[in-house]
Amino acid sequence: MNIWLLLLVIAMIFLVIFQIAKASEYVSVLKGEKKAREQSNRVNAFLMLAFLVLGLAGAYWCNELLAKETLFAQGSASIEGEKIDSMFMLTLYITGIVFILTQILLFWFSFKYQEKEGRKAYFFPHSTKLELIWTIIPAITLTVLVVFGLRHWFKITGDAPKDSMLVEITGQQFGWQYRYPGVDGVLGKKKYTLINSGNTLGQDWADKANHDDLSPTVMYLVKGKPVKLVINSKDVIHDVGLPHFRLKMDAVPGIPTTLWFTPKWTTEEMRERTGNPEFEYEIVCDQLCGASHYAMRGVIKVVSQAEFDVEMAKLKPTYFVAFPDKDPSNAKPATVAADSTKAATAAVVAPVKAKI
Amino acid sequence: MSEVLLNPQVAEIGHDDAHHGHHHEEGFVSKYIFSMDHKTISKQFLITGIVWAIIGGLFSVFFRMQLAYPDQSFPWMEDLLGRWAEGGRIKPEFYYALVTMHGTVLVFFVLTAGLSGTFSNLLIPLQIGARDMASPMLNMLSYWFFFLASVIMLSSLFIQTGPFSGGWTAYPPLSAIGDMSPGSKLGVDLWITSMAMFVVSSLLGGLNYIATVLNMRTKGMSMTRLPLTIWAFFFTAVLGVLSFPVLFSGFILLLFDRNLGTSFYLSEIFVQTTQTALPNEGGSAILYQHLFWFLGHPEVYIILLPAMGMASEIISTNARKPIFGYMAMVGSLFAIAILAFLVWAHHMFVTGLNPFLGAFFVLLTLLIAVPSAIKVFNWLTTIWRGNIRFTPAMLFALGFVSLFISGGLTGIFLGNSALDIHLHDTYFVIAHFHIVMGVASFFGMFAGVYHWFPKMFGRYLNNTLGYIHFWGTIVCAYVIFWPMHYTGLAGMPRRYYDYSQWQSFKQFGDLNVVITIAAIISFMLQLVFVFNFFYSIFKGRRLTTQNPWGSTTLEWTTPINAGHGNWPGEIPEVHRWAYDYGKDGKEFIPQTVPVGADESKH
Repeated sequence: MNIWLLLLVIAMIFLVIFQIAKASEYVSVLKGEKKAREQSNRVNAFLMLAFLVLGLAGAYWCNELLAKETLFAQGSASIEGEKIDSMFMLTLYITGIVFILTQILLFWFSFKYQEKEGRKAYFFPHSTKLELIWTIIPAITLTVLVVFGLRHWFKITGDAPKDSMLVEITGQQFGWQYRYPGVDGVLGKKKYTLINSGNTLGQDWADKANHDDLSPTVMYLVKGKPVKLVINSKDVIHDVGLPHFRLKMDAVPGIPTTLWFTPKWTTEEMRERTGNPEFEYEIVCDQLCGASHYAMRGVIKVVSQAEFDVEMAKLKPTYFVAFPDKDPSNAKPATVAADSTKAATAAVVAPVKAKI
Repeated sequence: MSEVLLNPQVAEIGHDDAHHGHHHEEGFVSKYIFSMDHKTISKQFLITGIVWAIIGGLFSVFFRMQLAYPDQSFPWMEDLLGRWAEGGRIKPEFYYALVTMHGTVLVFFVLTAGLSGTFSNLLIPLQIGARDMASPMLNMLSYWFFFLASVIMLSSLFIQTGPFSGGWTAYPPLSAIGDMSPGSKLGVDLWITSMAMFVVSSLLGGLNYIATVLNMRTKGMSMTRLPLTIWAFFFTAVLGVLSFPVLFSGFILLLFDRNLGTSFYLSEIFVQTTQTALPNEGGSAILYQHLFWFLGHPEVYIILLPAMGMASEIISTNARKPIFGYMAMVGSLFAIAILAFLVWAHHMFVTGLNPFLGAFFVLLTLLIAVPSAIKVFNWLTTIWRGNIRFTPAMLFALGFVSLFISGGLTGIFLGNSALDIHLHDTYFVIAHFHIVMGVASFFGMFAGVYHWFPKMFGRYLNNTLGYIHFWGTIVCAYVIFWPMHYTGLAGMPRRYYDYSQWQSFKQFGDLNVVITIAAIISFMLQLVFVFNFFYSIFKGRRLTTQNPWGSTTLEWTTPINAGHGNWPGEIPEVHRWAYDYGKDGKEFIPQTVPVGADESKH
């Protein structure tokens, strides 16, 4: 019974601490309250100083150890994310200075002005000048941060560029589905009541725009080409978290949301940059969505335009999967295989017309 | 006396005490259980809060075990948790239940009821010079509604489908539809019922605090002579009274959606497990978030303001110096209270909120940093050239300031929507709010307990245990939460059961072990405090003087073990503000001392 032994040890430690505490209280009563207080005051004042020094050293050490593990070490993988990174660094410098300054003052004052025989506290109830200084300086600094922040915010949340490609991403318990508009560049209509095992997105087959829509199992994006994500959810609130691109947006049932960005590096390039041969751009669900929330993983492959075209060509529209008899490749297997490849390739080059 | 007219019951007690010196003997039930004495009610809140804190803390130990050792099994966990930890590993749905209950319990039951319930009750009448609350009866009910809420919440831990597991924010549709998760079945109904009882408790308490502060101050106690504690409790109560009803309405609509087939929050939902499309259309899941955060953000300040008030009082007393910039302190509390209502949507930047609307919330959110900065600088100036006594209370108050700075500054990152897009719902957020609202407020609460324990029980807490408690806890707090900023910057999402399948996050396995060990040590240290607390109630060193800390405020003019009614004779009259420490060469001048002719002005 390992656990009982552990509990016993803990109980013993408690007992020892308690006995020491009890004894020290008796000693302090014997020594006199004043003397005991002076002694403990000196010890605690010294510990305040020690905590400051060790704390700052610890913070530095922690930074050395962990800063390289954060995403900032590898840089933003999207052009828009660069702004977020620079905004972050600006905020970090400002708050960092304030942090170090105020913590030093707090612990240094505590140490320096510990109770001493004969010292009198300085009666200093207020000073309008000082109070104005530390109202106005923070106000100005924060204005700077707000202005920079909002400029980036409006840029990032603004309309996607006209030449963006369009990808729909739909969350469900517990996974992601992707849909590309196909040749016509238009995502077909869908209705949640039409969802069934053969039509997992609830596409309305009466809408011709649906007939060429493609649903790969991985999201393919093109390096350097802006992409606009249309985000849906089938059940609860999920969140499309894209840490490498520095972005995220909730997937809300009944209310489509959007997000756009421009990937900077292909997955292969990122594998070299990070030195991790298994690197993937992962889609992280960032909104608690149920028991398997932690496993709701999606993958984005950022590739070159040429590779992208090849990948798209391999896909068969969902419509043909649902209705194999409508699939021309099934009717005349030999020749049409080549045709549909051509058609799918065309889908990729077609400009995006859809506006959701 | 105005309170005589307002409340005959209090008048009667005052009458008894004034003329006969002692109160008639009360029975056990009316003295300790259904007591109407604010001092007893405050102890009830505190002890219930401590029990909940142990439970909530223990939950965090369980889920930290899972995070540190995702692939190991601990048979003792199965012994303890039964089928929720079959084979010694916590199940995902129970992990989420633990996370949810940890949040709910600590935010509401410990840091709201346990903090403001305890100290508003104890200090408002004692520091303003009143015999009791405006309505002792409602005050008693406030505690018992809290107790009822506690019983319901506790019972939800033992039901077949398990406690609610959708996060303390309870976002629908996850919380609205039973088929979405086992924890979304009966667990949610119990959770909502419990929270509704809790809102009733908060409102009864809050209205009482406001009425008492406004109407029942003793002669000479103008609003600008109130100690900062009272100002803080007053604003806290106002925040609660104005925002809890909104939360309540949000919960009621959720209850309707769950049980009556309405569609306030539901629209176009296809349930995966049953493969059915629900008929609900046209609702908005985002509406709930607005209602929730309209309380949720003020709630942060409901938790923080009492800690600020107590830290101000304790720092000034133990630095033997007046609080610097009293009016600026009151003004910044007021500014924070106002702004608290205008920033709720900063929790919703990534919900698809209109970016233009978001811009206002960025502005107003970052504006809160100004009054917060004023407070920090004023605290620093208060200890500057003081003559500091490091009582355990003082250490915790200074620790509060340190944590408030650390956690407050990271709020500047999160309040800026452009950065929030990246940091939202990552461990950066966990680090931020645990430091600034969780641990900092706990430090304020500990400071209060160490400082006013002699007033509550007529005995001291053991100092050595207090020092061990403080130094251990502040080190652990930073070791636990500081590295989480980095994992957050690596994009690591909160509320994950296991990170080992993720290329992006699996590198933090060792770090999670360190954090978990620190969390367990920290939990043990709190048990040291709990032991010290209960031991000292019965066996602590007895108080020999009425005013052990050399304090100016009125509570120290009451007898060591004051009866119901607080002062045996007349309520003392107040002649000055609460912070005449070190004035004119005097160590301190109590508020009850008339202003001398030769006294300097300030």
